Amino acid sequence: MSILEVQDLTIAFGGQLAVNSVDLTIKEKSFTSIIGPNGAGKTTLFNLLSGQLKPTKGSVLLKGEDISSQSPTVRTRKGIGRSFQITNVFPNLTVLENVRLAVQSQAGVRYQMLRHFRGYKKMTEEAYDLLEQVMMAKQADALASNLAHGEKRKLEIAMLLALKTELLLLDEPTAGMSLEEVPAILKIIEDIKSSGDRTILLIEHKMDMIMNLSDRIIVLFNGRLLAEGTPHEIMNNETVQNAYLGGLYDDHTA
Amino acid sequence: MLRQLNKSPVWILVCSAVLIVFPFVNDSRSLMILLTQIFILAIFAMSYDLLLGYTGIVSFGHAMFFGIGAYSTGVLLSRFEPTMLSLLISIAVGMLIASIVSYLVGLLTLRLSNHFYAMLTLALAGLFLVVAEKWRSLTLGNDGFTFRVPDIMRDRLSFYMICLILMVAVFFILLRLTNSPMGKVLVAVRENEARTQSLGFHTIHYKLISSVVAGMIASLSGSLYVLSLRFVNTSVFALDVTLDALLMTILGGVGTLIGPIIGAAIIEVSHHWLSELGKSYAIFERWIIFFGILYILAVMFFPKGIVGSLKEMRWKKRKTKVKTENKNKRMAG
Repeated sequence: MSILEVQDLTIAFGGQLAVNSVDLTIKEKSFTSIIGPNGAGKTTLFNLLSGQLKPTKGSVLLKGEDISSQSPTVRTRKGIGRSFQITNVFPNLTVLENVRLAVQSQAGVRYQMLRHFRGYKKMTEEAYDLLEQVMMAKQADALASNLAHGEKRKLEIAMLLALKTELLLLDEPTAGMSLEEVPAILKIIEDIKSSGDRTILLIEHKMDMIMNLSDRIIVLFNGRLLAEGTPHEIMNNETVQNAYLGGLYDDHTA
Repeated sequence: MLRQLNKSPVWILVCSAVLIVFPFVNDSRSLMILLTQIFILAIFAMSYDLLLGYTGIVSFGHAMFFGIGAYSTGVLLSRFEPTMLSLLISIAVGMLIASIVSYLVGLLTLRLSNHFYAMLTLALAGLFLVVAEKWRSLTLGNDGFTFRVPDIMRDRLSFYMICLILMVAVFFILLRLTNSPMGKVLVAVRENEARTQSLGFHTIHYKLISSVVAGMIASLSGSLYVLSLRFVNTSVFALDVTLDALLMTILGGVGTLIGPIIGAAIIEVSHHWLSELGKSYAIFERWIIFFGILYILAVMFFPKGIVGSLKEMRWKKRKTKVKTENKNKRMAG
């Protein structure tokens, strides 16, 4: 069963085709990684999926329904949750409050203005549970702006999990992180995967990290879909090696 | 944390108890009138802070709603018998018109980014001022008109009590509103609107609700304001009205409800005091200069206002306390 289908998806910025007629099918409860060099259009593709950008051409289908023209708000409610590459939290609120807002949205408590927010004990508990899950319960009362970068990323994942969306879009969850912090995030992602009830789409630069996790890998290059397959197939794909892996290798040696 | 958050309502209750007793102890009429003014402007400043401090909307047209309330009450009381009933109807009419206007204005402008919104509200408030100037058959323009008020409102003491009660009521209503799940979303909109959207909230709805509630409360304060003067003219639509609210809110502390009340008190008292001084020293007649200086100093050195800065100091104190405790623990361990 496919949860997400992308047909001929194209977006042009001026004359530049950032994403160029991409076709994709994402199976339910699968783990798919998207790789590609800088500027390949990975984040743009995510923005098209989550609604931050509207495509010039083509369509995005969620469980068979065309959602191409819907706003991010509506798409979130329909089941697409995403994290951002640039850390995107509520800086002057506490860690707990950040997550609680996401829980509140998921619970559908949107316009209640007469009851005190503490009346909703369940939400606060759920927020605590989620913080527990990403190993941040101790920082619950800290302001989000005072967190280290890696912790902000973890917070972001907790907020994403709170939305309980079927589809998770993770945009480079380990970007800009120190090496010591990476295993913690990996552990969290593995936990989400092993719970087995979500479909995960991940953008990542660290190849070794995704090879073990992914069911399928998609390679983007200059806005085009270069290859798609199991990690093993991708590793042995010559085009990919030339265009991406080889290119990356050259960058390192140069 | 719980204790700290619950403190401000207790303070307000204690202060209002003192203020209820106050007129019976002190019989200075001018002081009572000054306090009444403070209550009325505190209501206005709180409504402004709902926009600025909680939702993060900068409006330069808040006088619009103040003026709508002022003229609704003025016009209706001058046309009909000044009974309590017609007064209540006039206040309700003002709030109704203010809610409709704020809804329409919000619908047109709240999708814009913040600085465009600020400019448009400035223009719209200017438009209301011009209409009030030109629609002489209704408003008598800048000359304004006096009107009679219900007897109970003529009594300074009972008017004082009514304004005090209304201020406390507005405080608690807004306190509950800002502490409700919806109020938390308002703060989220202020902090990061795009993120709030991708959490699945329609942020435009929240901005609209905030501006309608703020508009209605501002209209109430406008009604009370002209009741205290028994006179209304176009000055209620002037930009100064908005700027006063801005100054009160920023000085007292944005994002708190007690801040605007304190700000209103400071501004009104210093206004009163400076104009007294102006009788002996000519320079103090230009009290607006001092407000300008005060505004600049507040923004530069106390951007969080009085209440915000106090909170921060307490926060830091607590933090160092926790730190030293941890240190002690570690040393003991």
